Amino acid sequence: MGDVRAGRLTADVAVVGGGPAGIAAAALAAEAGRRVVLLDAGPRPGGQVWRHTNRHTLPGLARRWLERLDRSGADVRCGAQVVDATASLRLGVEHQGRPLVVEAGAVVLATGAQELFLPFPGWTLPGVTGVGGAQALLKAGWEVRGKRVAIAGTGPLLLPVAAALATAGADLRMVAEQAPAAAVRAFGASLWRSPGRLLQGAALRARFASVRYRWGTWVERVDDQGGALRVQWADGRHRWAEPTDLLCTAGGLVPSTELARLLGCGLVGGAVAVDELQQTSVPNAYAAGEPTGNTGMEAALVEGAIAGLVAAGKRGSGAVRKLAVERESHRRFAARVAQAFQPRPELWDRITGDTILCRCEDVPASALSGGWSVREAKLATRAGMGSCQGRMCGPAVQHLLGSPPDTVRAPVVPTALGELADLTASLDSPQGAS
Amino acid sequence: MTKSVRILVNGTSLEVADDLSLAAALLNAGHDAFRRSVTGGPRGPVCGMGTCFECRVTVDGMPGKRACLEPVRDGMQVMLDG
Amino acid sequence: MTTRPDAIIVGAGIVGAACAYYLARHGLQVTVVDSGFVGGGTTAAGMGHIVVMDDSEAQFALTAWSQRLLDGLLHTVPEDVEFRRTGTLWVAEDEAQLDSARRKLAFYTGRGIGAELLDAARLVEAEPRLRPGLAGGLLVPSDGVVYPPAVARWLMREATLAGATVREGAGVTTLRPGSVDTSTGTLEAGCIINAAGISAPRLTPGLPVTPRKGHLAITERVPDPCRHQVIELGYLHSAHTMNAASVAFNVQPRATGQLLIGSSRELVGWDASLNRDVLGRMLDRAIRFMPGLARLPVIRTWTGFRPATPDSLPLIGAWPAVDRLWIAAGHEGLGITTALGTGAMLADLIVGRVPEIDPAPYAPDRALESMK
Repeated sequence: MGDVRAGRLTADVAVVGGGPAGIAAAALAAEAGRRVVLLDAGPRPGGQVWRHTNRHTLPGLARRWLERLDRSGADVRCGAQVVDATASLRLGVEHQGRPLVVEAGAVVLATGAQELFLPFPGWTLPGVTGVGGAQALLKAGWEVRGKRVAIAGTGPLLLPVAAALATAGADLRMVAEQAPAAAVRAFGASLWRSPGRLLQGAALRARFASVRYRWGTWVERVDDQGGALRVQWADGRHRWAEPTDLLCTAGGLVPSTELARLLGCGLVGGAVAVDELQQTSVPNAYAAGEPTGNTGMEAALVEGAIAGLVAAGKRGSGAVRKLAVERESHRRFAARVAQAFQPRPELWDRITGDTILCRCEDVPASALSGGWSVREAKLATRAGMGSCQGRMCGPAVQHLLGSPPDTVRAPVVPTALGELADLTASLDSPQGAS
Repeated sequence: MTKSVRILVNGTSLEVADDLSLAAALLNAGHDAFRRSVTGGPRGPVCGMGTCFECRVTVDGMPGKRACLEPVRDGMQVMLDG
Repeated sequence: MTTRPDAIIVGAGIVGAACAYYLARHGLQVTVVDSGFVGGGTTAAGMGHIVVMDDSEAQFALTAWSQRLLDGLLHTVPEDVEFRRTGTLWVAEDEAQLDSARRKLAFYTGRGIGAELLDAARLVEAEPRLRPGLAGGLLVPSDGVVYPPAVARWLMREATLAGATVREGAGVTTLRPGSVDTSTGTLEAGCIINAAGISAPRLTPGLPVTPRKGHLAITERVPDPCRHQVIELGYLHSAHTMNAASVAFNVQPRATGQLLIGSSRELVGWDASLNRDVLGRMLDRAIRFMPGLARLPVIRTWTGFRPATPDSLPLIGAWPAVDRLWIAAGHEGLGITTALGTGAMLADLIVGRVPEIDPAPYAPDRALESMK
């Protein structure tokens, strides 16, 4: 390939993902004097948690980090989707519709997480979204004033989304946490160790104080009732139905590991395995934040900072040791969250034979056979063969079959054939070695 | 400052704020279903971040565009099959 | 333990499944063993083109017979097999290739296969996604496409209904006269059939079968897919270059409205990783013929290994070096097309019937002779 088919960029450190972990990694590596490129698919850095159109609407911590990133000298590329990557840490990127090859000495994977969706009858109806989805749509200008909204699911994400919906004028009818009261109380009691979080939680709750908040309550099914949604609730003793316009579900988060798996990084428990220096099993590839399974913005900032420093060659610095201590408290907190908000078995029992698992291909649960691998299920039923590449049904199918995910190959996201041709040809080009 | 732009949805003109995502603009205009699934079921936005591919619409003749990732643009022509 | 079967088939790909189907129909007790699952190997990686070939009389005879067998079974084929009679459109870039289209036309029509020569204008009319300026093409309307793993599952299901047993996840380590060692124990049978595809030579040393890697890419569903399986006639040259990596334009409309895009061929041993240079060249080749493909989103890419033989013909029949061992392997890129003919022929040979077509060109001992 003699022709130049893609832009080329060389960096000491390439950071993939511009949420808190990626921002911290890029800022600290750049402050250490390294040439850093930050690649983010969104229109501006911030990731899901700091998604914004106007920076001034963000909390102070977010603004300070974004300003620090601005000052750090890191080359921030937005609209940059990584499509392919080689073991030699060459990244094939679709950058604002143009192919770009990034040759990196080290890579920090700060690819975030996506929401976990636990299928139930009716979860494909319009008006049923994830809580994260609802929050993203709100930030993108969705008007929910006066709409009846119910929130159901599990975990700490219920509170901020309920608060955001209430603030936006939604007619919030119910916030249902599936975890039993005892588990939530124990978790709440443990928060004396994290008073900041306790205050945060109380402040959020105050914003929808008049709304029912029920523990040990979950959605069994949803039906379309003349354009509105009819939600069937259950709490283990009773079942009852209520109408709503929108239902926002929270299943927790799934680490986004596609790029890590493409690079060959080892996983543990569905998350990217990292050592104390955020190093993955692949040399010079680091992971930070949600991909490592340690949920939360605070953990992401600390892990990103460590990864950025280590990728910049500062592994022995006092800052890394100090951050490592901080990381421990975040990890303990993440473990307490995971413990308190485990999905109850009844959530899996909701799946009936005709419940759709794979939304892209409309594959019902009855199509699966026990004993299949994920790949076998894919070939036999098309589950996971659609546009989302199995991201939506993957966790449920893996759980039901007890089988690990299938392998990842380029393109990591659906990519125009012409650009894929340019990128794959350029990634393999001898020019790339220079 | 927020200005407004005009987009064309299934041939009908719609005036929306210019800082909206296409998904938000369509939802605000009362479109709950953006597309039909492979077996004909109505589908709308779910994840809001480009993962689920449920909010796909045709934008300026290009099918399969995720409305949650598309900012609205003046003159944008959108087709839904929901 | 059930009674000793008449035959053990090693390999549950489409070829092994077809052997099981026909042997079971002849009333034989059959057990199929595979380290993976039915249709999960090369079968799942293939395109699923059902095509009558003209590169040799023997290849024609087997592909044409196989298609007749499939046509006879179409009324029983389940929906998930996704059979569509798309035809094959062989595309000529220039006059020289159009000449080879004319030779193909004479070959096919002389043997009762309908075919039609298209000039440049009619080519674009038949397939509007092709770029203007191509010389013409040859349309063979009787060809079609299937979803290969579903064909293997269907054949195996039918075989099972006729009494066959399938053991998935049982890797075979050794073939002996009348028995096989598997990861879950030794199985005995009246005869053994090696239908292990690219793994066949590992079990039967001396079989001239080499893994020949290929790449494929598939798009999302598109509103206006192409209408035919479209292949460049230049394919005939690249496909026969045994050693260098080669690519050729080959696109197939799936029943879903997706486009499946090939093809590449290279000899790189067992390295299944994406060869990005080859994939890039393959996609470039597709754009060269159908420029509009460049804008279509690709969802997935993958590789697979074709079991290639030196003379491009499969190995079907007895393996004289080992008592009661039969071979059904080495189908390279035509296993989906020729599985039914292979199964029917091997079953006939095993029960002592005369197959509908002459089995001599496919006899595996031609390999032994060439080794002498």
